[in-house]
Amino acid sequence: MSAHADTHAHDDDHGHHHKETFVTKYIFSQDHKMIAKQYLVTGTIMGVIGVLMSLMFRMQIAWPEEPNVLFEALLGKWAPDGVMDADIYLALVTIHGTIMVFFVLTAGLSGTFSNLLIPLQIGARDMASGFLNMVSYWLFFLSSVIMIISLFVEAGPAAAGWTIYPPLSALPMAQGGSGMGMTLWLVSMAIFIASSLLGSLNYIVTVINLRTKGMSMTRLPLTIWAFFITAIIGVISFPVLLSAALLLIMDRSFGTSFFLSDIFIQGEVLHYQGGSPVLFEHLFWFLGHPEVYIVILPAMGLVSEIMASNSRKPIFGYRAMIASILAIAFLSTIVWGHHMFISGMNPFLGSVFTFTTLLIAIPSAVKAFNWITTLWKGNLQMNPAMLFSIGFVSTFITGGLTGIILGDSALDINVHDTYFVVAHFHLVMGISALYGMFAGIYHWYPKMYGRMLNKNLGYIHFWITAVCAYGVFFPMHFIGMAGLPRRYYTNSNFPLFDDLANVNVIITIFALIGGVVQIIYLYNFFTSIFFGKKAVQNPWKSTTLEWTAPVEHMHGNWPGEIPHVHRWAYDYSKPGHDVDFVPQNIPLKEGEEELQH
Amino acid sequence: MTALLTIIVLVFILVAIWQMVKIFDLAQAAKDENTQVATDKDNTMNAYLMMGFLAFIYVITIVCFVKWGDLPLMSNSASEHGPTIDNLMVISMVIIFIVQTITQFLLHYFAYKYKGEKGKKALFFADNNKLEAIWTIIPVIVLAGLIIYGLSTWINIMGVDESDDPLVVELYAQQFNWKARYGGADNTLGKANVRLIDIDRANILGLDEADPNAQDDVITTELHLPVGKPVLFKMRSQDVLHSAYMPHFRAQMNCVPGMITQFGFTPTVTTADMRETPQMQEKVKRINNIRVENSKPLLAKGEEALEPYEFDYLLLCNKICGKSHYNMQMKIVVETQEEYDAWIKEQKAFKNSLIN
Repeated sequence: MSAHADTHAHDDDHGHHHKETFVTKYIFSQDHKMIAKQYLVTGTIMGVIGVLMSLMFRMQIAWPEEPNVLFEALLGKWAPDGVMDADIYLALVTIHGTIMVFFVLTAGLSGTFSNLLIPLQIGARDMASGFLNMVSYWLFFLSSVIMIISLFVEAGPAAAGWTIYPPLSALPMAQGGSGMGMTLWLVSMAIFIASSLLGSLNYIVTVINLRTKGMSMTRLPLTIWAFFITAIIGVISFPVLLSAALLLIMDRSFGTSFFLSDIFIQGEVLHYQGGSPVLFEHLFWFLGHPEVYIVILPAMGLVSEIMASNSRKPIFGYRAMIASILAIAFLSTIVWGHHMFISGMNPFLGSVFTFTTLLIAIPSAVKAFNWITTLWKGNLQMNPAMLFSIGFVSTFITGGLTGIILGDSALDINVHDTYFVVAHFHLVMGISALYGMFAGIYHWYPKMYGRMLNKNLGYIHFWITAVCAYGVFFPMHFIGMAGLPRRYYTNSNFPLFDDLANVNVIITIFALIGGVVQIIYLYNFFTSIFFGKKAVQNPWKSTTLEWTAPVEHMHGNWPGEIPHVHRWAYDYSKPGHDVDFVPQNIPLKEGEEELQH
Repeated sequence: MTALLTIIVLVFILVAIWQMVKIFDLAQAAKDENTQVATDKDNTMNAYLMMGFLAFIYVITIVCFVKWGDLPLMSNSASEHGPTIDNLMVISMVIIFIVQTITQFLLHYFAYKYKGEKGKKALFFADNNKLEAIWTIIPVIVLAGLIIYGLSTWINIMGVDESDDPLVVELYAQQFNWKARYGGADNTLGKANVRLIDIDRANILGLDEADPNAQDDVITTELHLPVGKPVLFKMRSQDVLHSAYMPHFRAQMNCVPGMITQFGFTPTVTTADMRETPQMQEKVKRINNIRVENSKPLLAKGEEALEPYEFDYLLLCNKICGKSHYNMQMKIVVETQEEYDAWIKEQKAFKNSLIN
């Protein structure tokens, strides 16, 4: 109710012009477009750090315990004589996972595009609460800063894996990284969750309340459906991680025993009694699994929109797409146990989770086939955004299919925690979500910065990235099936795996090339802000409302009245029209029927 | 110095990209074409690259299967339930392979076939319930089969049949090594708790010294198993989470402080027999060739060469557990009942291993 009242006050604001200073425009901005850009730039910086970490530990895996100038320069005391230390190896793996999953693919992806597109595509002046939106970004910024600070503490950053299972994460004597580094990790994540919740609530309220006249739920672009459902999953599951983090803080600092029991470490018995680490696993994965859908659903939404626009065709099966988003969202909350088949929980629970997990393949298959059919008999405009969208479908299929193996409890016994898992989730949610993010950036860059990204650099960026992504993660399945466990600092103590060493070298070389190529993208991104080709209002000839807003950003998005909506978002190449797209704000012609989609 | 060099290299890369962009711009036929929106030429070029990429995916798939698909761990299972997991794996792989090949073809072929051309109009094709039904129902059928097969396999593996009179062995994990505990003549493990650990008396697993069942328990650093006899493992950990991973037996279970977890299987191939299989001999030969190669630089530096590899079953830790996680292993020996009996007889019983 209060959100509603807020917006009315907000709407009135636009009547009289108010002055903006540098600080209110660029730093503490309440404008959703500026906040979106802030999310994107912060996410990009975190992404660079996260990718750099992965390149470092990949080099350690390929050339174990060999001196490396890069390690010496970047790791300092953690790489005496340039040889990476085993503790920092685990820390790099941990922080890489945390940064990529939360800071890049949750905040950087969902934060950027939900903020940019929700008001623009539903026809709203701004978010329901611009103030909360601003607070949400600055909490995210604060949590990023704390996470970066944690890299510099004396005993090392958190190193218990991004899943931070106790007791390893709870006991400073178990691991250097479980001291101050873990404390900062937990504080950072608690703030991050607060940020995410504020953002999600705002998105939900905005989509429900602020749609323009005529924008019924079944006329919403699929992007908005994806952001909306993502926000709901976030609100349901993030608080559970928050509670797990708080309980872990209690165990660590105040002597409670929620997750700990019967521990003898470094020659002494600890007082903990009656807790269970498995409880933590349940709480963690109750967020952790929906989290992968929080990451992938926005990417799916962006890809659906970009594919329709660049195919000059309606998205195939609009209602089926919405239904599958809803099905995935529902199922995502009841499958978390498939991360815990061999955690010691009752095998009967494993059966239940196998059943629900494999069900998710059905809505996922529907989506994949609908995307492919959207291309069929289209008039495909191969813009970089389109390439990344096609790349998304490709990696989503390749990565998703191996989920059939991992979701099957009997098969999981032997590939659990091996490189097979690493290959699976990197393809299906890492690379795919990253492709979705890149696609979104190439497509909406003109909306964000009023300029175009260079397409030829975009082509080079896509093709080399695409080859490297497969080069890294496809062979990785095979070393996993051969039984190689993940998170091993070196495999040299296992002659059994000696014949896999050359595969690891190949993977690392692909990773290095793929990592370095991102410089082209960064160059394109940052120089185009100032020197890019000036954009026209609707460069891709799309139907959605954001392209009816002027190129120059203005507070309130549209001069004068907000456009009204008369049709769904996918009237591309509709018979009876001269042009191959009809924007949503164009009234139906006389005698024209809106598609009963 | 390194930093300076890195900065110079970075600057060169950026300049190179800048020059590249200028060349792209000059290559545009007309100035007004420079809108950064894909032209017909771009569409054609990328359409061909899509087909090229499809070929790349197929090639990398074939190369991976041919070069690394000969996975001894896939074919050489050494437990009774192993082949059922391997069968399920192969069936799943075949299904995945078929779906992957077809869908990737459709995706990339459509991207190639329907490349954009000026003046062409796409087909307005928004919906078709029949098609949606088809690709909902087909996955439902396939998955129903996989779920039923998978669950029956899972229940068979995880169900412990006490009437088999299995050999009970405790796997005890600590940072960063493994211990095995046998029940002794009564095949019953004595009570234990980490609170009873007494390092001074060498009671390292915290056995209850008053428990009569504990007296004849045997604690070892190697895991010996008689072939063909069901084993029931009881897992314990004293500090953090560990995972007992025995890939050759298709077995894995986490070790959780504060609780006892379990996993049972029957080993079917002795270590000696496994070493004799042609596949294993070939693998060992391949690995030893690699080790000879890797030894050359070591010898040149005056260090010792790598020891030649001989196959052994292994128990690995497969749950991140701290600094030396990567080196937490225990040798597993599967042998005949006679060999096992002889070995266990040589081991010290718990009551005799205590220091008073």
